Amino acid sequence: MNATNTFQLDGEEIPFAPGQTIIQAAAAHGAYIPHLCWHPDFSPHGSCKLCTVKVNGRFGSACTMEAQPGMEVENRTAELDDKRRTLLQMFFVEGNHFCPSCEKSGNCVLQATAYELKMMSPHFDMFYPDRPVDASHPDILLDFNRCIMCSLCVTASREVDGKNVFAMGGRGILGRRIHINSESGRLGDTDFAATDRAASICPVGVILHKRKGFAVPIGERTYDLAPISAQVKETRS
Amino acid sequence: MSDTDVIDAVVDRHRRDGTRLMQILREIQEQLGWLSPATLTRVAAAVGWPRAMVSGTASFYSFFHTRPRGKYCVLWSDNITDRMLGNADLMEAMCKKLWLEPGRVSEDGLVSVNTTSCTGMCDQGPALLVNYRAITRMTPSRVGEMVGLIRDQTPVAEWPAEWFAVDDNIRRKDILLANDLVPGQALSAALERGPEKMLAAVKDARLRGRGGAGFSTGLKWEACRNAAGSGTAPARYVVCNADEGEPGTFKDRVLLTSYAYLVFEGMSIAGFVVGAKKGLLYLRGEYRYLLEPLESTLAARRKNNLLGKNILGTDFEFHIEIHLGAGAYVCGEESALIESLEGKPGRPRIRPPFPVTSGYLGQPTTVNNVETLAASCLIAAHGGEWYAQHGTEKSTGTKILSVSGDCERPGIYEYPYGVSVRQVLEDCGATDSQAVQNSGPSGVCVAEDEFGRRIAFEDLPTAGAFMVFDETRDMFEVARNFAHFFAHESCGFCTPCRVGTTLVRNMMDKIARNHGSPYDIDELFKLHRLMQGASHCGLGNSACNPVFDTLNKFRPAYERRLKSLDYEPAFDLDAALSQARQMTGRDDAGAHFAANSEDEAKA
Repeated sequence: MNATNTFQLDGEEIPFAPGQTIIQAAAAHGAYIPHLCWHPDFSPHGSCKLCTVKVNGRFGSACTMEAQPGMEVENRTAELDDKRRTLLQMFFVEGNHFCPSCEKSGNCVLQATAYELKMMSPHFDMFYPDRPVDASHPDILLDFNRCIMCSLCVTASREVDGKNVFAMGGRGILGRRIHINSESGRLGDTDFAATDRAASICPVGVILHKRKGFAVPIGERTYDLAPISAQVKETRS
Repeated sequence: MSDTDVIDAVVDRHRRDGTRLMQILREIQEQLGWLSPATLTRVAAAVGWPRAMVSGTASFYSFFHTRPRGKYCVLWSDNITDRMLGNADLMEAMCKKLWLEPGRVSEDGLVSVNTTSCTGMCDQGPALLVNYRAITRMTPSRVGEMVGLIRDQTPVAEWPAEWFAVDDNIRRKDILLANDLVPGQALSAALERGPEKMLAAVKDARLRGRGGAGFSTGLKWEACRNAAGSGTAPARYVVCNADEGEPGTFKDRVLLTSYAYLVFEGMSIAGFVVGAKKGLLYLRGEYRYLLEPLESTLAARRKNNLLGKNILGTDFEFHIEIHLGAGAYVCGEESALIESLEGKPGRPRIRPPFPVTSGYLGQPTTVNNVETLAASCLIAAHGGEWYAQHGTEKSTGTKILSVSGDCERPGIYEYPYGVSVRQVLEDCGATDSQAVQNSGPSGVCVAEDEFGRRIAFEDLPTAGAFMVFDETRDMFEVARNFAHFFAHESCGFCTPCRVGTTLVRNMMDKIARNHGSPYDIDELFKLHRLMQGASHCGLGNSACNPVFDTLNKFRPAYERRLKSLDYEPAFDLDAALSQARQMTGRDDAGAHFAANSEDEAKA
């Protein structure tokens, strides 16, 4: 690696390989940039905007911007974390998130990020959208109430499983949702399998395996043990 | 012909090519009325795409119906200029006469009535679309007649022809609209110059994009020309952005109506310069009625050897296709437009790469505004230096403004860049104006003390809209109309825009109900700061502009609605009972929360 291939992240020197994005280089170095839709195994989606950083004074998404030598990147500043908190609140009000009754609690990236950024309330009035649950599949339950539109399941099903079980469709706050690849729109009518990569990619509690409730008790789950910012390397699979 | 025969004929005509999905879906819907689940399954199988992708596209566009729609689908244009011309009362009258709730299909499946974003008829509103055909100048008597025709199930094709008349209303011509070029003249001048010299002329002219952003056309063409195509079939493309969706803008409609040859000629010149063989014109769905006239203009050009192979006896080959949009403002963003051209939802791409290196089908693509391409013909015919003599130093040439709102002579005005807002107001017969919304909702709201400002990239850049508001207008309601527009048009891809536009809309509605407080104003500013920096594309970045501008320049319009409290909850107990009232058919005092609590207080 060329010695000049470094940039500053909140004053810390981060090395990078040419072609790496800011978040890839930061993650490889163990530095946490908050994110929801980015996953180290997949190409960036750039939709959640949690990873918004300030590069040489201008806003940009750390998951899509390539690292350049000498960049000065602001990350965990009060200004940016404040914006991220508002974005998190937006997620919480646009969906129906009830952490105490959610099987994903403790393993949920949305919840863990909200703790990390000290989000104390949803702040805005809730939208209470009507999002039906799909229990048609023998092994998998889909609870769209928790969907954050990250598209990771879309990408995983397409790129790893080669199945295209999911696609993002519709427009705007009312329309945008995951479309299922069957005429009925039900997962049970697709070739989706519990062993698919897409079945284990959901960062929140939409894609759940049936008959596997609370196998690890609350209190001993991933983000119960350490905050998400302290587990950057571990999330790389 | 059975439904499956219709579907098969359409997909076959489009060579079962998934990238033509938008046109496939539109043509099927024109014949079958809507896109049923079985239709989407059949189309997906025919083009070899996952069904979820096909339904994802079908559900993205407002003009595609994945549920049965009425035999007559009436959509009232709901721009602020239509509002000012009384569209709300007319639509209410229509719904009453039809015993219909807005947005619902009547029980007998006959008709639905709803609103749609600006249809580009602001100088001749109130406007509407009936089965996606444009109708202008609605009046109470026309509403009555129309309801009669709908009830009698008279086919739309047999409705009075004058209802469908769309006027150009050209009020001021300058070098572009008063040009004396004959078809082929500019193109043959370009061919004579050769691509390098033609490119140099465009650079000498310092032509900048007319879509509002003002990027140098010469640099864009040069970057596209220099970019290598990729894959086994490398190519370059010219795309004409005729998705004129910015509310209050209608100059491209006039160019495509009366100057279409110039637009196609500009596309051909661009193709010649960048080395493209194919051009695509993306026409907004609201202008569906222009498709046939445009196709016949293309046919005439082919016949006259101005399109096709060996154009004007040279070895230059260029073809033009027209693609229709289907009601999505975001497709005006060039990378979203390209996604749509490829048959996908109009979601702006991550940039870089920019379209000039990786655009349509991953190939170098120049996307230019209708007016920019038309202007390039003047440069081809008269040279770059001649063109640069017009306008200002940084904004050469002329700009076509779409003037609407409170003025005597709404319509099309072409000015050299540098004209003052005051001059335009004088020319269009606007009196007692308090504000001009320049360049539409995503532009700038100009107040009276700024009327000396000039239309130019260095002062007030514009995509063309020029909406005038006189002192009787409520600028809060103007901003609220725009807030609703952005919430409806947000593609939903990124969080700040998807949720933020809805939060802004809700807060504006709360203030409109006299439930706002100074706290809500602070919240609006906070959302503006977030959305402006963090959104994925220009839509989200500019979605708060009208709220921000009116808050700064017309603060009293907000303040007189605010309760003198620090905080007022958004949740309204009485409003929450409205559903129960509707279900029980009650609206008496006892069915209202305020009345109950007063009774309790007395007791």
